[in-house]
Amino acid sequence: MATQPVELEQDFSPEALTAYLKSAPLDEVNIAQHQYWITDTHWTYFERLRNEAPVHYTNDAKFGGWWNVTRWADIMAVDTNHQVYSSDAHLGGITLRDMDADFIMPMFIAMDPPKHDAQRKAVNPIVSGSNLAAFEELIRSRTQAVLDSLPINEPFDWVDKVSIELTTQMLATLFDFPFEDRRKLTFWSDLATADPEIPGNMSKEERQAEMFNMLAYFMKLWNERVNVQEPKGDLISMLAHNPATRDMVPMEFMGNLVLLIVGGNDTTRNSITGGLIFLNQNPDEYQKLRDNKALIEPMVSEIIRYQTPLAHMRRTALEDTILGGQHIKKGDRVVMWYVSGNRDERAIENPNAFIIDRQRPRQHMSFGFGIHRCVGNRLAELQLKILWEEIMKRWDFIEVLGEPERVPSGFVKGYKSLMVRIPG
Amino acid sequence: MATITYVEHNGTVHKVQVADGVSLMEGALGNGVPGIDGDCGGNAACATCHVYIGAGWEAKTGAKSEAEEAMLDLADGLQDNSRLACQIFASPELDGLVVTMPETQH
Repeated sequence: MATQPVELEQDFSPEALTAYLKSAPLDEVNIAQHQYWITDTHWTYFERLRNEAPVHYTNDAKFGGWWNVTRWADIMAVDTNHQVYSSDAHLGGITLRDMDADFIMPMFIAMDPPKHDAQRKAVNPIVSGSNLAAFEELIRSRTQAVLDSLPINEPFDWVDKVSIELTTQMLATLFDFPFEDRRKLTFWSDLATADPEIPGNMSKEERQAEMFNMLAYFMKLWNERVNVQEPKGDLISMLAHNPATRDMVPMEFMGNLVLLIVGGNDTTRNSITGGLIFLNQNPDEYQKLRDNKALIEPMVSEIIRYQTPLAHMRRTALEDTILGGQHIKKGDRVVMWYVSGNRDERAIENPNAFIIDRQRPRQHMSFGFGIHRCVGNRLAELQLKILWEEIMKRWDFIEVLGEPERVPSGFVKGYKSLMVRIPG
Repeated sequence: MATITYVEHNGTVHKVQVADGVSLMEGALGNGVPGIDGDCGGNAACATCHVYIGAGWEAKTGAKSEAEEAMLDLADGLQDNSRLACQIFASPELDGLVVTMPETQH
């Protein structure tokens, strides 16, 4: 069994953290600490785990321990075995940190069958391939409007002006949410996944109060839509009129809202930002794109792999089992590090390189596998595809001006800001 | 070896030779047949190789595993003859099989 991890050295520079991760005893490292995520230094540790201890236990004195699953094949084994590896909110849910025991928000991603299946099917049609065609024109016209409003030849924050704006507009449309209030969705999304233990984030109590504000806002929309004879196609109407979801208790409505808001917001937002960073870091790939716009489609999948906007998903073992030669006990937390599986050289050739014309770019684990696989994946791909088509019609180059500011989270792997300039 | 006929949703027909033991998902990807994605690489874990089996071929294509059932249950356009192409493997018995694709993979 692992020993207690020691506190990190006080030097939190990327160089110091990388040097530490290269040589520290594996048992000593707690990769969930936010310093590794704001500095983007976690890679060293995951590479060591994949090679030396692919299913490895971290003992955390404060929150209890968890298994780190870091190879593609082992992650696939967990993700496809929902009979043994539960997502149930009441057992802790789907993130490394348990849901607050006094504030359980059931949501279908954090349920097991059969209830999961019934609730997922209630919202699935809105993001089915056939329904997306109806959105394409709207997404394109909005993307054009956002891009045409950007300043030329002066620095601006790509996250705020493009990534957040586009994803929040899309989300407001899916909910048929009052458009002028749409940044509330961004606020609630960020809040829902922000760890209250991290300085600068809201306290647990403030967070819970804001979640109730969100619930109250959406309850109003629900009440307006629940009794209409012919419900519209928005998510609230779909939930309010489907037998599997129309009788949800308030905390369950709140939970599913959080799921749909975070799922439709944080993830695509961070892939929009990440793509621009990766092209700037890889000028040869940027040139390939200029030379051949048909590469946008495979590039979108490569961006999603390379970014891995959700670094992990967690399960709880329902029985004693064996994984990668390790004995997992009933009740253990099992964390699938998608961010590591997507860089596993056993499954992906040259995985640390960003290559926009890969043979099989769709084979990545950013959407997860099995019954909880991302329901909005096709919409995300469509948004990114249209964005890059419209960008490339306008500009050959958007210059990244410096390092991004990263989100302090080992769950939402993303960016708070990225300064860029469009040369004029 | 089996000759498999893949019919796209728009009616376009692709006749492809698939070697014994190779899945119909791999048979499509390896021969440039569009409309089948195979995101999970053949683990019945994503349902992006959803196809409809031609009438009369159900018995020869075998039974669905629990995992395949679970993924198909959440797929768009589910029908009684729905299968995941990654879970069907070519053999002489499947020579002449026709599979049709749904409108989109999800």
